[in-house]
Amino acid sequence: MHEMGIAQQIIDIAAASIPAEMTGARVERVNLKIGRLSAVVPESLRFCFGIVSQDTPLAGAELAIEETPILARCKDCDTRWTIDEPVFTCTSCGGGRLEILSGRELDIVSIEVAEREP
Amino acid sequence: MTQEIKVVRRVLAVNERMAEQNRRRFAEQGVFVLNVMSSPGSGKTTTLQKTIERLMPATRTAVIVGDVATTHDADRLAVTGAPVVQVNTDAFGGDCHLAAHVIEKAADDLDLDAVDLLIVENVGNLVCPAEFDIGEDARVVVLSVTEGEDKPVKYPTMFRLCDAALLNKIDLLPHLDYDKAKAIGYIRQVHPGMPIFELSARTGEGLGPWVDWLRARVEAKLNA
Repeated sequence: MHEMGIAQQIIDIAAASIPAEMTGARVERVNLKIGRLSAVVPESLRFCFGIVSQDTPLAGAELAIEETPILARCKDCDTRWTIDEPVFTCTSCGGGRLEILSGRELDIVSIEVAEREP
Repeated sequence: MTQEIKVVRRVLAVNERMAEQNRRRFAEQGVFVLNVMSSPGSGKTTTLQKTIERLMPATRTAVIVGDVATTHDADRLAVTGAPVVQVNTDAFGGDCHLAAHVIEKAADDLDLDAVDLLIVENVGNLVCPAEFDIGEDARVVVLSVTEGEDKPVKYPTMFRLCDAALLNKIDLLPHLDYDKAKAIGYIRQVHPGMPIFELSARTGEGLGPWVDWLRARVEAKLNA
């Protein structure tokens, strides 16, 4: 539901990352890392991005989304594991004091920019 | 020719910076900020109204209320005597959450020197507000026994993020097939150890422990 705002942020960051000397450059692809514990639905994000990116250097760009798993560490027994189901207790000792190592990412990793044909 | 340019930035970096700025400001002015989230219809406004009645005047409380439209919630909360600032997100495109810059603006309308506790009643939604830090000290989620027991596992991000859960409308339990133990089990599964307060904002049952918990958190910050 807030994917429209996220799409706009992606466009702002990506557009500002195009080197100034690449005049008329077009962004072909945006590489994103989105954690499974983030509140973003990739399909809605793609839909919103398609609308918001019109008339920007990102029009028609592909959103390449790498979904990162939820990695947890037990603060009691130091076990590390991947959380696939919404169960946040240690698979080894059953403890509930967890550190979430990854899974909340919502990052732009890179953009792939095509220079205009001379 | 295509060229890959490294960016490596948080998409919500702008909001996160603004949230940190809010957090510093609230610390300087000695204000504890509570972000209250829930699905629509969980009884959030009534719960806050009753909570504020118990806290005031000893804990000087103010409220920022977010809604997509209308001032109904603000009108109900104003009855408590607490200063209330209404934010209608439709002015910002019908947003489903309150972002840090909205809180910054709304806080300008309050005399923060005369406030110990600032309660932010977020837009009713269990998804989006979880993604937007507003500079708060604590987050609570309100759910009610008229919703599905499995809300916590359907919205784990929200329940992971919060510091306490309020299970509201327990006065209705005799009339429902709601499996309270199952709901609490789900909350514990998603966020082991998180305090859960079972209460009825309507009858006042169970409000005491919740208000005591909140008051202790506020005092701990103000006396730090």
